[in-house]
Amino acid sequence: MIEAELFRSVQRWCSGATGVTGAAKLSGGASQETWRFDITHPDGPIGAILRRSPKGYGAAPTRAAGLAAEAQLMQLAYEAGVPSPRVMHVLTPDEDLGTGFIMQRVEGETIARKILRDEEFAAVRPKLARQIGDVLAGLHGLPLDKLPELRSRNATQEISEFERDYRSLNWPKPVFELALRWLRDHDPGPSAETTLVHGDFRNGNLIIGAEGVRAVLDWELAHLGDPMEDLGWVCVNSWRFGEIDKPVGGFGSREELFAGYEAAGRSVDPLRVKFWEVMGTLRWGIMCGGMMQRFREGPDHSMERAMIGRRASETEIDLLRLLAPRGS
Amino acid sequence: MQDEPTPVELTKSVADFLRNDIAPLVSGHQAFKLRVAVNILELVTRQLTQEEGSDAAEVERLRVLLGMDGSVTELNAALAERIAKGEVDLATPGLAEHLWATTMDKLAVDQPNYASYKRELGRNS
Repeated sequence: MIEAELFRSVQRWCSGATGVTGAAKLSGGASQETWRFDITHPDGPIGAILRRSPKGYGAAPTRAAGLAAEAQLMQLAYEAGVPSPRVMHVLTPDEDLGTGFIMQRVEGETIARKILRDEEFAAVRPKLARQIGDVLAGLHGLPLDKLPELRSRNATQEISEFERDYRSLNWPKPVFELALRWLRDHDPGPSAETTLVHGDFRNGNLIIGAEGVRAVLDWELAHLGDPMEDLGWVCVNSWRFGEIDKPVGGFGSREELFAGYEAAGRSVDPLRVKFWEVMGTLRWGIMCGGMMQRFREGPDHSMERAMIGRRASETEIDLLRLLAPRGS
Repeated sequence: MQDEPTPVELTKSVADFLRNDIAPLVSGHQAFKLRVAVNILELVTRQLTQEEGSDAAEVERLRVLLGMDGSVTELNAALAERIAKGEVDLATPGLAEHLWATTMDKLAVDQPNYASYKRELGRNS
């Protein structure tokens, strides 16, 4: 029973804790799980989240930073004032919970469509694009010498990596070929500055409350690279959830995003942002292909995964809108 | 020749059953999965209805564009290869029109409610 194991861990680092209740798995594949639970405490219950790889699933997939690095990044972000959950504990082997960490549970909404449509977010929505610029500036400003070891990727390496992923699918797609050619022709080269890049900063990975961004989640694709990559990814059309005229997550304009970023003392290169938006759109398309492949060959034979495979065409139309727009 | 009802009619009957009779009985994650299941059946009926016509039109365009014959799969792979080699690009007459037409036909099956698709559908291409 996971509550008993969690309580054994909690007792060691949370003084006064008298129990653990309400443990429930929120999401999880074979290699990584997220659980919510409450710590019973005389001062009132403490909401917590466990992120872990269960025992026997230690090895992280190649692109992932690993849970230890993720914990370190979230803690660094929290300390620097970037909205992030506070990490309460990093699991140790003797706790028998696998590898991973326990963090404070931040209340709020992550479901993109609710954030974009529900009345309770109506007042904050127009402010989010600018706020996201400010949050990204803070994230990109985290001191390099304090970061855990992370893979480093520039634009040229990313193009090659995506091309290899795409070719391995054996899934000929003329629009993807066109995008690969475009990316190579427009490769901006190494960026002037290398920073921490979140790698999956988008609507859906943010906890939003009535006043704005409360936490940035899912740091597993964090790496070192061109900071403009995050600004491009947050604009990918799939993360606008239907609000296609508001490029920044369906919230607002690029100009607002850039203004928030620049007000925090950093500069924007709009051409690089566009490059990374095209790259991001192709990246999501190739990820859809990966879902199809895992549905077909892998252990996850779910309907959801199958249907994500059929979302590749949404990235084809969005690539065409970017690279071969039709007259308005 | 196979008897009727047609595959489209049969698939629709299953989708109707799930939507009308089963959906009210389930909740939470099961309800979410049921919606996905119904979406799949609806996608399948769209494909069964539209694929023959859209593939034929795609083959016709590809034959003109590439100057060769073949199945839709072969011709599509050939076009991908020529773009990869730089032999065909957006300056090639007919390429952009072909990719647009093909992609619109795919969205009509995969996600007819996708906002970019609806926007492009409203355009006089």
